[in-house]
Amino acid sequence: MAPDDIIVLQDVAKTYRMGEVDVRPLQGVSIAIRRGEFVAIQGASGSGKTTLLNLVGCLDRPTSGHYVLNGRDVSRLSRDELARVRHETFGFVFQNFALLGRTSALDNVEMPLLYGNPPPARERKERARAMLERVGLGERMTHHPGQLSGGQQQRVAIARALVTRPHVLLADEPTGNLDTHAGADVMKLFLELNREGLTIVLVTHDSAVAAQTARTIHVSDGRILEAAA
Amino acid sequence: MKPGVAFLLAGRSLLRHRVRTGLAMLGIVIGIAAVICMVALGQGASAMVQAQLDAMGRNLLMIWPGAASSSGGFSFGGGTTVTLTPADGDAILEEVPSVIAVTPVERTRAQIVNGDKNWYPNNIYGVSESFPNVRSWPVDEGDFFTEREVAGSAKVCLIGRTVADNLFAEEGESPLGRSLRIKNVPFKIMGVLRPKGTSSFGTDQDDVVVLPWTTCLNLLEGSSFDNIDQLLCAADKPENIDRAIAEITEVLRARHRLTEAEPSDFRIYSMAEMAATSVQTADIMSRLLAGIASISLLVGGIGIMNIMLVSVTERTREIGLRLAVGARGRDILQQFLVEAVMLTGVAGLIGMGLGAIVSHVIANAQSWPLEISRPIMLLAAVFSCAVGVFFGLYPALRAAQLDPIEALRYE
Repeated sequence: MAPDDIIVLQDVAKTYRMGEVDVRPLQGVSIAIRRGEFVAIQGASGSGKTTLLNLVGCLDRPTSGHYVLNGRDVSRLSRDELARVRHETFGFVFQNFALLGRTSALDNVEMPLLYGNPPPARERKERARAMLERVGLGERMTHHPGQLSGGQQQRVAIARALVTRPHVLLADEPTGNLDTHAGADVMKLFLELNREGLTIVLVTHDSAVAAQTARTIHVSDGRILEAAA
Repeated sequence: MKPGVAFLLAGRSLLRHRVRTGLAMLGIVIGIAAVICMVALGQGASAMVQAQLDAMGRNLLMIWPGAASSSGGFSFGGGTTVTLTPADGDAILEEVPSVIAVTPVERTRAQIVNGDKNWYPNNIYGVSESFPNVRSWPVDEGDFFTEREVAGSAKVCLIGRTVADNLFAEEGESPLGRSLRIKNVPFKIMGVLRPKGTSSFGTDQDDVVVLPWTTCLNLLEGSSFDNIDQLLCAADKPENIDRAIAEITEVLRARHRLTEAEPSDFRIYSMAEMAATSVQTADIMSRLLAGIASISLLVGGIGIMNIMLVSVTERTREIGLRLAVGARGRDILQQFLVEAVMLTGVAGLIGMGLGAIVSHVIANAQSWPLEISRPIMLLAAVFSCAVGVFFGLYPALRAAQLDPIEALRYE
């Protein structure tokens, strides 16, 4: 394990029962992602890429194998401990934006800061405001999601993911619901953030999107096909 | 999660769905208001009975002579023996420590006359100087007569407000120092008794003339014996009434030389005993009404549970998102629980206000006394929050146990 590896999966498998059958979305996956990398996980629908992202994001625990995050084995942590790891380590961006309806962009971005050890209200607002300005939405703070375009909504979601100052940004098909132009904007923002030193792991089925990242991990039938640097 | 943050979240989420929040609250508002009204009116009724009791003198004991019977076993009915005397009263005062005052009462009825006006009062009482103490019945104007007037069979009297109004009102001056005639004997009016109003039996207690018992017996009734109609005793406190009754019984039986085989030739009643029934009735009514009202509170609570369950289902993805950004199960639990409690707590406050207003309106319209006590308000506040906890817990637990991945994917 290299010293600057932030995410290390060692022979990780996931199995769960669905009625009478065992489903094995992941079967013995090993990956190492270094600090500051921009990695795409690419695969067809049902390949296990989303399960992989859930495991990496500590939303789920592996059935077997080990996951070492920032030098700490997190594969057997409790629900609450995982929540804390997620809060301190990751920012999530989803395909459907997952913004709270009828809630201003500012309140949406502030939301993650309410958990863990919440800073005082004024600092929360200040950080949320700064993040919205960072993603270019300084003029839209009081707008509700319904009053924003898809691209703007996804940028609010990115601001929300970044407001906790995460080590890793995890994005699940971030451009999937956007038109080409807005999708390109979002990718441009990701590349900028990565240049500033943020580690980004992005899941996509779209090879054009994957091609913009420095490294692509191909997943098929629950296995890694290629992990070229 | 800090409590302040939980309240902030709950407030925001409730304000997001104003109509739904308002309707969910309505059930609790009505429930709490109904309970407040019923309890306030019930306690008012009970207070009214208590007040009537106080007007009679709560520590009052009444001793009546028993039934006389001829040697052939023919009973003459209660009050027909002639054994109760003022001396019995003196003995009771001396020997029963919990009795603090005693007065004999001789009752008669007669026409009273002032000049060309006359009146037929409900009662003419012959009593001792202790009467105002025993009946807790102070004198409004003038003074009560003293031991000297009683000893000397003085021709003095005090009158109740009704008598004063009927005999002296038109002259526009105080009846004090004036005189009235009873059976052609002139009596000097020493004072006017403070109005007591209607008794719990419906008689006008102020339609009364009070004079020394000696005068009443000797002059008005022409009797040369000193047996009287009734002895009234005041106990020092209500708790001692039962003991006083037992001790008085002992003293009187000894004085009347009754053997153990003979029944007592007197009966003792306490005011408390007579009023206990009506107080109890008022209490039962008040509890019954509050019970019925709390059913509406229960229904309101079920409404809250329903709304919270709908809200948890509808916000499954929001819960998933919150879990993803680092909320723990207990943060989610707290958020939904605080939301439910806030809902019912605010509804409870509104209900308390509404209940107070409605019971004032009813009280004014029906001239029914009303009593909104601080404990019942406190209880209502606590209870409405408790309804929130009770009916909010199950939906909140369901929210807290959601799996983040499934919740995020929920459509």
